Amino acid sequence: MNNEGVDTSKRQFLTSALSVVGAVGTGYLAVPFLSQMQPSAKAMAAGAPVEVDISKMETGQLIRVAWRGKPVWVLNRTPAALETLNTLEYELADPLSNESIQPENSKNQGRSIKPEIFIAVGLCTHLGCSPTFRPELAAPDLGDDWLGGFFCPCHGSKFDLAGRVYRGVPAPTNMDVPPHRYITDTHIIIGEETTEEQSA
Amino acid sequence: MKKIIITLLMLLPLSTFASVGIELQSANIDVSDGDSLQRGAKNYVNYCLGCHSLKHIRYKRMAMDFGVEDNKVLAEIAPEGARIYDQMHTAMNAHDGTKWFGTQPPDLSLIARSRGADWLYSYLKSFYLDSSPTGSNNLVFEDVGMPNVLWELQGIQTPVYKEDSAGNKKLESIVLKQSGTMTEKEFDQFNNDLVNFLVYVGEPTQLERKSMGKYVLLFLLMFTVLAYFLKKEYWKDIH
Amino acid sequence: MKPTRTEACGNWILSRFPVTKLWNEHMAQYYAPKNFNFWYFFGSLALLVLVNQLITGILLTMNYKPDAQLAFDSVEYIMRDVNWGWLVRYMHSTGASAFFIVVYLHMFRGIMYGSFKQPRELIWIFGMLIYVCLMAEAFMGYLLPWGQMSYWGAQVIISLFSAIPVVGDDLSLWFRGDYVISDATLNRFFAFHVISVPLVLLLLIFLHIVALHEVGSNNPDGIEIKDKKGADGIPLDGIPFHPYYSVKDIVGVGVFLFFFAAVIFYAPEMGGYFLESANFIPADPLKTPEHIAPVWYFTPFYAILRAVPDKFAGVIAMGGAIVVLFLLPWLDRSPIKSVRYRGGIYKKALALFVISFVALGYLGTQPATAGAVLAARVFTAIYFGFFLLMPIYTRWEKTKPVPERVTEQPSLEDRIPAVIETFHEVTAKKSFTDTEGNTVEKLRPNPSGIANVLVRGLKKLKASLD
Repeated sequence: MNNEGVDTSKRQFLTSALSVVGAVGTGYLAVPFLSQMQPSAKAMAAGAPVEVDISKMETGQLIRVAWRGKPVWVLNRTPAALETLNTLEYELADPLSNESIQPENSKNQGRSIKPEIFIAVGLCTHLGCSPTFRPELAAPDLGDDWLGGFFCPCHGSKFDLAGRVYRGVPAPTNMDVPPHRYITDTHIIIGEETTEEQSA
Repeated sequence: MKKIIITLLMLLPLSTFASVGIELQSANIDVSDGDSLQRGAKNYVNYCLGCHSLKHIRYKRMAMDFGVEDNKVLAEIAPEGARIYDQMHTAMNAHDGTKWFGTQPPDLSLIARSRGADWLYSYLKSFYLDSSPTGSNNLVFEDVGMPNVLWELQGIQTPVYKEDSAGNKKLESIVLKQSGTMTEKEFDQFNNDLVNFLVYVGEPTQLERKSMGKYVLLFLLMFTVLAYFLKKEYWKDIH
Repeated sequence: MKPTRTEACGNWILSRFPVTKLWNEHMAQYYAPKNFNFWYFFGSLALLVLVNQLITGILLTMNYKPDAQLAFDSVEYIMRDVNWGWLVRYMHSTGASAFFIVVYLHMFRGIMYGSFKQPRELIWIFGMLIYVCLMAEAFMGYLLPWGQMSYWGAQVIISLFSAIPVVGDDLSLWFRGDYVISDATLNRFFAFHVISVPLVLLLLIFLHIVALHEVGSNNPDGIEIKDKKGADGIPLDGIPFHPYYSVKDIVGVGVFLFFFAAVIFYAPEMGGYFLESANFIPADPLKTPEHIAPVWYFTPFYAILRAVPDKFAGVIAMGGAIVVLFLLPWLDRSPIKSVRYRGGIYKKALALFVISFVALGYLGTQPATAGAVLAARVFTAIYFGFFLLMPIYTRWEKTKPVPERVTEQPSLEDRIPAVIETFHEVTAKKSFTDTEGNTVEKLRPNPSGIANVLVRGLKKLKASLD
């Protein structure tokens, strides 16, 4: 071995250059490896928009449909239920839905396009349990001032009939309203807000 | 040494195994030709999908790879009522298939990978009239259970037999007896589009794979050259 | 001076874990002979392929379903619906073949330069165990796609066990967990393929490397470099593995990955050798494909199996073909390690062995016609002759003097000018007149040049075999 006359700076340069190229290569290889754990085309297919027919719904009825594997509620609110929404402003954490997730067309008091038809992702914004539908007034376990709404059995979060969260419960925000639109007066598409032509 | 030569000579006839059977006609495959693929897809839906599903391909995937809009695929290719994320399912159920053909017609998603494009192309062109229950037989797939669904387009082909000295009849070739609605050239084009589509369906990622390959190889070449210089620099020490 | 935070953190680890000691023992102060040639790349490449197989294998298990009803479709699901699933799958399937290419070349290196000989017998034994594990791993992995070839290949190989007298049938039944290959077999093969065998494989590789680093590497001259040490106790012909061989191996990695990527992106089926066309048809227990052949890396042994007319004897011959490799350190009685200083008989025997191994590999892919079986018998005889006659011819033959110190041979890049010169010799510039009347010069083969080169090559080959 002979270490005389070694050009250390050249070695240093080549070593760094090769390390950089190697790191870039590893980075590029990591992209496919990591993204293969992303939802596949099958999961995307299951996440395609779903169509709901509400023509047969009675007032006060709640139906559940699956969208992206999540429960989505469609609730036909009674006029009395709609009345209660006005009275709760001081008991709610986010009455105007400023911090919550909903499409622009549903950012109103009732959090819906049509006042009576309320659509929400039926998962608690705390840790993802599905709350129960408790429309009855003054339910014994929920107190005399209960005006109807949703109650999460996991950690006791309470929501009103527009999915708005009460103060002093663990859930941080109102329940999510998914993007949706009406194709006809009685048919709703859940999962897209606008048609593809409109968005293009 | 002699032993090697003898054994090597014995090996020679083995290489003729590959060409057993009928010589196949070669299909002109180009999966980057979106128009051909779209025509092939339409041909498939019109003539094949009645019995054979393509359960591993989604309409959405086809729209992406052909470079056309989802709605166009749904309107022009997919059968009535199909949705964009659907796979290409056949309308025929397994029970009927078994009753009609003795076996359920196979899914053809991977047929191009197991049989090869040339075989498919030749197979579709090689039906001829005979007295079997389906009314036809095939040169490259003897006694096939599938009827000749393309006869109206191609016309009717009949076999030509040759009698050898022992008096055995031997199938020599097939000739077109009655022409169909398409000329021979049109029919070849129809077939070729169909086979091209099946080759695409066999591996939809092949376009992506090939177009990506050159960049990967270029990168690795750069890496190797750099590594070589580094090695050379270090190995100056070694005498 | 107060150590910085990172230094302190580093010292905390160093005082609790022998990082420096391990690094020095196995990298910076592991002295390897300085005359390693091309053949010495394949050990590190095998390690690289192993890492590739482990990573891509884990990713594949995330979407693969070990269920006879779902397995085939789940592979197609990976190929189409999973993001980049096709790349991961092709990396794994190509990696399997690459593993065997690399390992076969690595083993051949060992045979050529006598790396299995005293004091490295145990390294060879561990290596052979790795090879056997690898075959088990590949065999069980090949069932998982649940195609026709997967199914019938497994059916045939497991039926081999039934040839064993008395316990054979029970053994193959126990191994399958059913009367034919079925869901139960698939599920247990999955368990073996993804966890049991890989664990054993990792342990064996660890032992292989520990044993190697205990005695030190052999080299193309077959000289023990530890016999000639300098005043500092370092072998005179030894150089630290790091940085010299680490930078050299990276070049090998680059070249290997280039070919590896070329296969993955342009020929993942490799003409039916890496992915067989019949395996794109789902397994059908009622119908055997017209022609079944194992994947290429098993075909030499498959050809030996078919060459023997008796079922049990065939199985014994096939097993024996692997067992003789284990015995190699004791079959070889020559005092010389490297083929460079052995006599002509060994060189010719080695050449015949390589020819017979490749020929058997080819015959194993072909249908068993009478001619093919006869040829396979001849090559089987040569294969076994190489090993079993070894105690005689290695003791008997005259060897050449072995140098004291390792020699310097022209490296691959030193040979480039000679290759260019040969190219000029076999081609000649000829003038043509093209359609537009212009004279163009084109390179055309030069018959007399080719003849010269061939004659020279044959003479050289003959000389090198003496």
